[in-house]
Amino acid sequence: MSSSGNNLMRWFRGAGGSQSKPQEGGKSAPRTRRTCIGLGEFMRSLSSRGEQKTCVLDLGPTSPTNIALLTEMGVRVFNEDILRESQDESYCVKQEDGTLQFDATKFFAENLDYAADQFDAILFWDVADYLPESLVKPLVERLQAMLKPKGHLLAFFHTKDAGAESLYSRHHIVQKDTLELEPIQGFKLQRIFNNRHIENLFKDFASRKFFLGRDNIREVLMVR
Amino acid sequence: MWKPRPEDNKPMSMNPTQPAQPVPPPVAAAAPSIPTQPKETPKVSEPHRADVGHIGKSVQIKGELTGSEDLYLDGSIEGTVDLRDHSLIIGPNGKIKAAISARDLVVHGRIEGNVTATGRVELRKSCTLIGDVSTQRIVIEDGAFFKGAIDIKEKSQPAEARKPLAVAASAGMSAGSGSSSSSTASSYSASSDSQGSFLDSK
Repeated sequence: MSSSGNNLMRWFRGAGGSQSKPQEGGKSAPRTRRTCIGLGEFMRSLSSRGEQKTCVLDLGPTSPTNIALLTEMGVRVFNEDILRESQDESYCVKQEDGTLQFDATKFFAENLDYAADQFDAILFWDVADYLPESLVKPLVERLQAMLKPKGHLLAFFHTKDAGAESLYSRHHIVQKDTLELEPIQGFKLQRIFNNRHIENLFKDFASRKFFLGRDNIREVLMVR
Repeated sequence: MWKPRPEDNKPMSMNPTQPAQPVPPPVAAAAPSIPTQPKETPKVSEPHRADVGHIGKSVQIKGELTGSEDLYLDGSIEGTVDLRDHSLIIGPNGKIKAAISARDLVVHGRIEGNVTATGRVELRKSCTLIGDVSTQRIVIEDGAFFKGAIDIKEKSQPAEARKPLAVAASAGMSAGSGSSSSSTASSYSASSDSQGSFLDSK
């Protein structure tokens, strides 16, 4: 990561640098539904890829609903709860000053070990808002490499108005354009991305489409 | 002078050390086959059924495990597990580091390895599965942790014949094959039914 990139990441770092480890099997609050235009486009792109078995990577917590819906469509589903994995302290390295620094190289040695151009689509959800900072950029680069050309990536970002206490959610696709959000306790919002940050972060993608929801969630559909 | 006591007129007990014990009610004694309490219907996943092999939680196995009967496995295994046409239940204490092949699989514990099932895989809420799953149908409870790929296989011909029963028995989420080819259209619609049952159950 370039020094300017580092500075940029530091500049828009949000509330608190440290992240508390979530409780095992964190308690869930009641679910809420939202219509999701970005998801609708994402699902349409999946449906249009009919020539061979489509591979989709879901980076959120395991959702039986998503697996059911996607496998019904004939999609091969891959699931990795990377936020939960990133909370493992074994991926942190102790610095000279005694602080713990997240080691992305160590993380990728055990996670997201996939071939290049393997996935037709990736569901990134709002994971980026909660990840350790040193993991965000290398992760986006890794995801881009794993996506096929013209593959889609769907990501959500909280806006400034959402507030620092915005809860991380498990996303259940209940219809092709409707999500059910199940808040999960124990994860802290790490930063707020604005449009320019998002464009910088995903600059190597061919296109980015933004959808701003009424609930202070910015949906972004990236195409490699 | 000896005086008769009232209890002397009663018939002598065969067990004089237990005279104070109440006599069991005649109904229970006369009809021991009638249960006094309602009997619970054994569940499908009941681990102590006579026809199910049982490996307890203190057992550790390294190597190849094969069998031709259903198995409840609550111990630790490193290697391979091959039950082919039979069911495997991984108990809550089960820790498996193995490639698993079985007809049906129910997981309460932890599996690290690829799973191949010709029937149905159920991941219960307490389970952790790290590996790829290849199966005809899968049921995942909320709270289950899964890391890997899920591949829904085409149904083979004999399974196709049993399909209506299999779908009716599906209590949870079932993910069927959804190939876009026209030859699998019937299998797709059957899966849609079972998907509906999953949503209802929630």
